[in-house]
Amino acid sequence: MSRITTRQLLGLALGVVAAGGALAAGADLGTTQKQATNWVAIAMFAIFVAITLGITKWAAARTKTAADFYTAGGGITGFQNGLAIAGDYMSAASFLGISGLVFANGFDGLIFSIGWLVGWPVITFLMAERLRNLGKFTFADVAAYRFSQVPMRSFAATGSLVVVAFYMIAQMVGAGQLIKVLFGLDYTVAVVLVGVLMMCYVLFGGMTATTWVQIIKAIMLLAGATFLAVMVLLQFGFSPEALFTKAVEVHSKKDAIMGPGALIKDPVSAISVGMTLMFGTAGLPHILMRFFTVPNAKEARKSVGWATTWIGYFYILTFIIGFGAIVNLVPHPELYYVDGDLAKGLRGGGNMPAILLSEALGGNLFLGFISAVAFATILAVVAGLTLSGASAVSHDLYATVFKHGNADSASELRVSKITTLCLGIFAVFLGIAFEKENVAYMVMLAFAIACSANFPVLFMSVLWKDCTTKGAVAGGIVGLVLSVGLTIVSQSVWEAVLKNPKGSAWFPYSSPAIFSMTAAFVVIYLVSKMDTSAQAKLERSLYPAQKVRSETGLGAATASGH
Amino acid sequence: MNEDIVARIEANPKYHELVSKRNSFGILLSILMIINYYGYILLIAFNKQWLSTKLAAGWTMSIGVPLGIGVIIITIVLTNVYVRRANSEFDDLNAELIKEVTK
Repeated sequence: MSRITTRQLLGLALGVVAAGGALAAGADLGTTQKQATNWVAIAMFAIFVAITLGITKWAAARTKTAADFYTAGGGITGFQNGLAIAGDYMSAASFLGISGLVFANGFDGLIFSIGWLVGWPVITFLMAERLRNLGKFTFADVAAYRFSQVPMRSFAATGSLVVVAFYMIAQMVGAGQLIKVLFGLDYTVAVVLVGVLMMCYVLFGGMTATTWVQIIKAIMLLAGATFLAVMVLLQFGFSPEALFTKAVEVHSKKDAIMGPGALIKDPVSAISVGMTLMFGTAGLPHILMRFFTVPNAKEARKSVGWATTWIGYFYILTFIIGFGAIVNLVPHPELYYVDGDLAKGLRGGGNMPAILLSEALGGNLFLGFISAVAFATILAVVAGLTLSGASAVSHDLYATVFKHGNADSASELRVSKITTLCLGIFAVFLGIAFEKENVAYMVMLAFAIACSANFPVLFMSVLWKDCTTKGAVAGGIVGLVLSVGLTIVSQSVWEAVLKNPKGSAWFPYSSPAIFSMTAAFVVIYLVSKMDTSAQAKLERSLYPAQKVRSETGLGAATASGH
Repeated sequence: MNEDIVARIEANPKYHELVSKRNSFGILLSILMIINYYGYILLIAFNKQWLSTKLAAGWTMSIGVPLGIGVIIITIVLTNVYVRRANSEFDDLNAELIKEVTK
């Protein structure tokens, strides 16, 4: 990409930010205070955009081959990748949503955040080094290592794209709603802005730009959250007990916020949701892809060690932030509640405690910073999703399924860029189409599919010598269909989205994983066992070589030398 | 990677030592992690009352809070314990193995 185009792009993006702000300033005359705040947030965000587009320009110069595009040439260090994974994983939903849940229910928020962390040890102990040793660009490289390429790749690409699509819709709708509140921008403007910026990062800077956007965002988010938590603890002389005592005193639910409430209903749901989160993380294509950006298994392990540490630390912070919001916001309904009325809820809705707390503790400037962080967070996550969707299409479908491995790097790169463009437009379109829809179930559905379709296939193909193409594809499809089907007939979609009468949902539990993931494993096992074809025999005979490579790293794809 | 090297690695006792040591360590930590997480979740599902009990008389903090934070810290510790041992002891063993079979 030439110098001039990047400048133009930068100008364009900043222009869109400024124009959007101007629109907002004229749109709503009733809330003058909110407008003044928005300008600080927009200025902060513009700085973030300027820096990240600068990095994109630098990255564009280094993105010449398909390997650069997919994996930044494999030259990211373990520590950098750990931060990038954390940046990829800590979404706006987990920052604003979990602190909002703590604000509303106290203890239940902690249970929820623990669930989002427990997938990481599973990845560390079972997957990270094997992924790195066997794969090159996508998790399909690993799943299809010794199998028949066309069916395996087609399945893995489908699994990736379905997960990416649901995750993406949730992010885009969240982005539009959030930015509407934080910046006063129009919903459509916000969604288009996210789409355009995300396409710039991925299209021109590929994995290198995406990685650095995620790293910068992770640092901003961790720094902002640390500041908030420290300010809260400072108010109470660093005594959590004093903080809790004050929170119980002012909260409408009183002492109930110190114990588990309604989040965990029945043991089956509890275990099923736990499985979804624990094994779903190990099946998310945009997370798995990050393991190919490091030079070797040692760095892959380091990345996941750092990622777990940062994410765990972050969830402890969100718990403190949620309680900090209780003690700082509830006593001042005139400042933070709609019409100054506790019964009408927080200004901007249930996801706002962390944002309003930053206003309470750090004034306008810090409110602007945290709002900009929230926006940056969404960008970093959607960029990662788009990149993994694009690689599923270009590397798995185009290069392997259609070209049978005979595509050259240049044409593969071209296809991935076209796909990025299409996915970006598609994401904006879906974001707008789903504006008024209830998308709360979509992230959980993405996790459910990841743990029921992608994870069992990956796990069995790498660790079980008798696994065959037929078994893996059959089991994966069963997992995919069951996880989607059972979600549709569960309360969160059947009643909340499809508006069927309350109590009519056929599937009574909060997550399908306990059934769909188990079914996937059973089908993989049975079909593989029954598969006596010559192909199956060949695939089993290839297992020892695959195992040697996955365990020792001998023959693993190496960094392409930047 | 050629058949010859695969055969030599499979014939080398260090390979089997590496695989069995690292895998059993991974499985052990996975079991600890499952106990850590599901223990907590099942406690919530079956004994909400106990988790709401105060840490001591006159306290506001319930038993559930430090336990929950503890689950997070244990998760971080287990992950890093694995990373540390795999990156030193197991990787050294791996390096020795590769040196032996490729010389």
